[in-house]
Order: sequence, then structure tokens, then C-alpha cells
Amino acid sequence: MTPLLEVDDLRVAFRRRGEPDTVAVDGVSFDVAPGQVIGLVGESGCGKSVTAMAIMRLLPARGVRVTGSVQLDGVDLLGLSESQMRERRGKDLSMVFQDPLSSLNPVIPIGLQVTEVLARHRGMAKEPARKAAADLLERVGIPDPRRRLGSYPHQLSGGMRQRALIAIALACRPRLLIADEPTTALDVTIQAQILELLRELVRETGAALIMITHDLGVVAGLCETVNVLYGGRIVERAQRHRLFGTPRHPYTHGLLRSIPRLDAPSGEELVAIRGSVVDNLPWEHACAFAPRCPRAVDLCTGTTPLAETSGGRLLRCHNPVPASAE
Amino acid sequence: MLRFVLRRLVQVVPTLLLLSLLVFAWLRSLPGGPASAFLGDRATPERIAELNRVLGLDQPIFVQYGRFLGRVLTGDFGASTITGQPVLAEIGRALPATVELSVLALVIAVALGIPLGYLAAQHRGGPVDIATVIGTLIGVAVPVFFLGYLLKAFFAVELGWFPPSGRLSIDVDATNVTGFVVLDGLLTREFDASLDALSHLVLPAVALATIPLAVIVRITRASVLDVLGSDFVRTANSKGLAPGTVRSRHVLRNALLPVSTTIGLQVGLLLAGAVLTEKVFVWGGIGTLLADAITLKDYPRLQALLLLGALVYVLVNLLVDLSYAIIDPRVRL
Ligand SMILES: Nc1ncnc2c1ncn2[C@@H]1O[C@H](COP(=O)(O)OP(=O)(O)OP(=O)(O)O)[C@@H](O)[C@H]1O
Ligand SMILES: [Mg+2]
Repeated sequence: MTPLLEVDDLRVAFRRRGEPDTVAVDGVSFDVAPGQVIGLVGESGCGKSVTAMAIMRLLPARGVRVTGSVQLDGVDLLGLSESQMRERRGKDLSMVFQDPLSSLNPVIPIGLQVTEVLARHRGMAKEPARKAAADLLERVGIPDPRRRLGSYPHQLSGGMRQRALIAIALACRPRLLIADEPTTALDVTIQAQILELLRELVRETGAALIMITHDLGVVAGLCETVNVLYGGRIVERAQRHRLFGTPRHPYTHGLLRSIPRLDAPSGEELVAIRGSVVDNLPWEHACAFAPRCPRAVDLCTGTTPLAETSGGRLLRCHNPVPASAE
Repeated sequence: MLRFVLRRLVQVVPTLLLLSLLVFAWLRSLPGGPASAFLGDRATPERIAELNRVLGLDQPIFVQYGRFLGRVLTGDFGASTITGQPVLAEIGRALPATVELSVLALVIAVALGIPLGYLAAQHRGGPVDIATVIGTLIGVAVPVFFLGYLLKAFFAVELGWFPPSGRLSIDVDATNVTGFVVLDGLLTREFDASLDALSHLVLPAVALATIPLAVIVRITRASVLDVLGSDFVRTANSKGLAPGTVRSRHVLRNALLPVSTTIGLQVGLLLAGAVLTEKVFVWGGIGTLLADAITLKDYPRLQALLLLGALVYVLVNLLVDLSYAIIDPRVRL
């Protein structure tokens, strides 16, 4: 199947005055097929949001350099003019953000925040748009949707706000939805409901979904393919069951071992990954994970490992965990 | 909303009462007094004492205050010790001139300040922004009377584009209806009078508008910058909305909240600035009344003017609170 989205060698550098550039995303490549659900996983600061914003072209125009290509249906989004991009945002591709309260305009009723996207891309008149908005709110599980059209964000609960944001993102039935940690601001029971809703909706509308999260639990329940990001690069990619069954990159391995599991034999200890993301080596000369890696060898601090693909798995490591380790 | 307005209006009464007491006590604690100011060279202790007795100033202060309050409640602020005329009538005659001037100045400040501030924020760090920021720094730093004289010397005396002082040219005869000369001209269809009045207004209004303009530009700029970086503007952009929609519906409405507070605070400064501007442009308004009253220790007039100022300030800020409630649904009145 031809991919819907092809991200190829995406690189995002933030220019800083008097200092070397911060490279937040470095050579990221992945494909998303129509209707596919993929995960983008990694610790805070590894470049997940910046990747998403680069695809949406929502990064500030100044002080940021984006290179590579992002093709949606064969059209390179990075080559479009700003107004051509505005034609597509919200219609062909859209995004759900992390913090539902701050992501909604506090002084405008929810209804208008839904209808404005319908008016913009579907040219809908006021009444039909309100009707469609009410249907959308109903579909995402907001009770009494007609009345809710007049509510303001502060009058809704956190879960309801996130539902409203999802309704906005899916209003024009985009072919690609990017969800950037859509559940981190919510409490656990609501998280499960929102994930379930997203799963249903992408199946229903046939949208492809890029699920961004630091939570492997979210990935486990939702994504077919998982990309593990570290220091702005994809270090491992595989089908979900293969990644969870036999993680090969020491970072993925560590991530999985640090999750508490109910079915773990009692007595088995949780293993935290040593150090923190700030202990990065510059990529040009080494593996960024080397300072924290239990399997680091001399080579790791001297040469950057290349991405190698074998058997449907992408791996970027000099000394991977043996396939039979688990 | 109505209950809120009523409650606030009721709160105004004790505020003004307390203020009147403070003003009353403060004026009488100043050295000298109306009698010595009025008599000037001819002041002898006997004549001062006699005049003080006539004016009731020989009574204990709380007796004076009690009488003052009693009269004020019947709407009588007394007569000016300078002109002998009822203070309220004097103020009524002078008020339109000052209101006309202040309102135009405020309109200029708001109508230019908000778009300029927005433009600067949008082009942050660019030449427009830098020029605007420097301009506002100069704007707040230049004293009103200095700018007033400068404008007058250049545009009135040197170029002759605008009249140097007054509210109307002598050869224009305008019918007085409301006291607002521009409005009167429109009402009586004497459009040349309106135009003449307007040309008199330009320079003083510009002088008076500079400081509020600079402040509004700066606040708008800061506020727009703040809103531009917010998550919901990112959401609006992620919907692909047209830039104009993002600007007016998402950025501006939120950015105006702090701006409206600032405008309210500017009204206080505007009243102070009006005194100086009126002096420069010989603008027979409230400012002139106030300046004379201060030099000649005209207690009744000062009391009435200060209370009037306070009342205006309180009412304007009530309007600001109402505008807040209209813009921001989170504010419950
Ligand atoms: N506007 C910016 N200017 C400079 N550097 C930035 C900017 N935005 C992000 N970065 C840098 O890019 C890196 C990646 O940030 P990003 O927001 O993508 O992380 P993330 O993986 O989404 O983390 P989180 O889980 O905390 O959301 C960070 O190290 C950050 O310092
Ligand atoms: Mg993020």
C-alpha cells in the first residue's frame, strides 16, 4: 500500500544567538499508511512534539530550520506556501494537543470553536455548521451537545475539553490525525476513555493516527508500529508485539523493564534507566544514549551507529540486546 | 450584571464620603488660606479674620465639615471664593471643553495605540517594532506641557496649520446648545463652526494623547506577544483558519483584556494631563478652574473638583470591569 504520509530525513534545528544550534530532530524518517496507527515514544525532550509541529508546519517561522521532506499524498508539505498549508491544516491533517484547557480559547464558546473549522474548510453556513458541531460533540461523548455549544472551556471538565478538542480535530474528517500526548493532563480513568474514543474514531473515519506519548501503556493498547525516539533520532522501530516481545535497543529494553507489571513474578525488581536525558553525547561523534547505556562498548562513544533494517525492524545500535535475551 | 452595577454604585457613596473628609481636612491643613490669598497685599490680620468669619472658616473644622456635607446633600457645593459664583454652575460651564478634549485624546490613543501595538508584536524584532518601542519610550518621557508648546510653536506659529489656542475662532459665531462646540455645530448645521472647533482641538488633543498612546501601545504589544505564544492560538492555526480570523477572533479578544484595564487607569492620568494641556492652549476648561483654585485656595471649588475627579475615576473603572465581563466569560459579576 502506498503510504499516506512519508517523513524522510526530517531535521529541525533551533538557532540560538551566540551558541551552536539545538538539533531537536535529526534525520527522522517514517511512513504512515492510510488508516494505520503508529506510535512515537520517548522521554520528555526527545523531540516528539517538535516532530509533530514540523509535520503540521506550526513551528515559528524565524529561528528554526526545518529540512528533509514531509509528503502527504505525494505532496511535500515543507514546500507549500503558508496559505496553501492553511488550506490543508484542519482538513487533510489535524492535531490534538496535550493540555486541553490551554489549547481552547477561553473567551469563545465551544460551539464556535468547532463550527469555525467547518465554515473554513467546508464552507458551511451558520445553522448547518451548528447542527454538525452538535452531532460531533455527541459523537465524542459530550452529553447534551446542543446546550454545550454555548458553554465556555472553563465550564467543562478536563475530559470533556479533550473530547471537544478531538471533535474539532476530526470535524473535517482529516486523513491524518496527530495526537500529542492527548491524555497526560487527565486522570487515569478518563485517559482510558479518551484512548478508547480515539481508537473508535480513527477506525470509523479511516484516519491514520500518529500517537505521541511517553507512556508505553498507551502504545501497547493502540499502535501497530512503534517508533522509539531518543535524542531526536529514531533508535528502534518494530511492530508492537515484536518490540514489546524482543526489544533490541538497550534504551527500549530499559524502558520496558522500568514499567511496573501486574503479572510480573513477585520479587522481580523494576529497573530504572540510569542518568537522565541531559547526559547526551553529541550525535555526530557517538551514540547519544552511550552515557546511560549498560551495554555501551568503546565503539559507542566513538562512532555514530547507523540505522539498519532487518526483518521489519529498524535498529540503531552497535551492541544491541541479543534477540534471545528475553 | 445589573445587581453588580447597583452594588458598585452603592459602594461609590462611602468612598466619596471618605474622600470628601480627606480632601476637606487636607485643604485646611495647608498653610495660608482663601482669605489671605484673596486679599493679597491688603491682608491685615483683622481683615483676614473678618473674611474668615464671613466664609465660615472661623468655626471648628468638624462643624465646617458638617455644614459642607449638609449642603452637598442638597446639591449645593457653595460659591467660589474667587468669582462668588456657584461652584457647580462654573463646573457645568467648563466641563464640556474638558470632556471634548479628553474624549478626543482618548479616542486617538486607543484608535492608534491598539493597532500599532499589534503591528509591533506581529513583527517582533523587526524595524517597525523597534521604531515603535523607541517611539513609546520617548512618548512617555516627554512632559505634556513641553510637547504642547513644541506642537504649538511648530504647527500653529511656524506653519500656521492649526490655531494656537482657544476653542473657537473669534469670527466664527456659533450657537451654544450643549456647550460641546463640535457637537453644537453639527446639531445646528453650522458645519463651519464644527470644523473650526475641530481644528482647535487637534493640537491639544494630540499633546494630551501622547502619554496614554505610548502606554496603550506598550501594553497591547506585550499582551499580543503573550497571546501569540499561547496554546489556543496554536490550536487556531492548526485548524487552518485564515490569518484574519486568527487575529481578530483568537488573538485580539484575549489580548484586549489587560489593555482595557490600562485604558481605565489612563483616564486618571488624562485628567491630570488635561490641566497642563489646557494651560498651554488656553483652553477654558476644568483644568483652568482647577489651576486657579489651587493658586487662590478656593476651598469650595477644589472640593467639588476633586470629588468630581474621583467620581469620574470610579465610574470609568466600573465601565472597565463591565467590559471585562463582556470580553471574558470567566469573569462572573
Ligand atoms: N522553541 C524552541 N527553541 C529552542 N529549543 C526548543 C524549542 N522547542 C523545543 N526545543 C528543544 O527541542 C527538544 C525537543 O522538544 P520536544 O518539545 O519535541 O520534546 P518532547 O519529546 O515533546 O517532550 P515532552 O514529552 O516533554 O513533550 C527539547 O530539547 C527542547 O529543548
Ligand atoms: Mg511534547
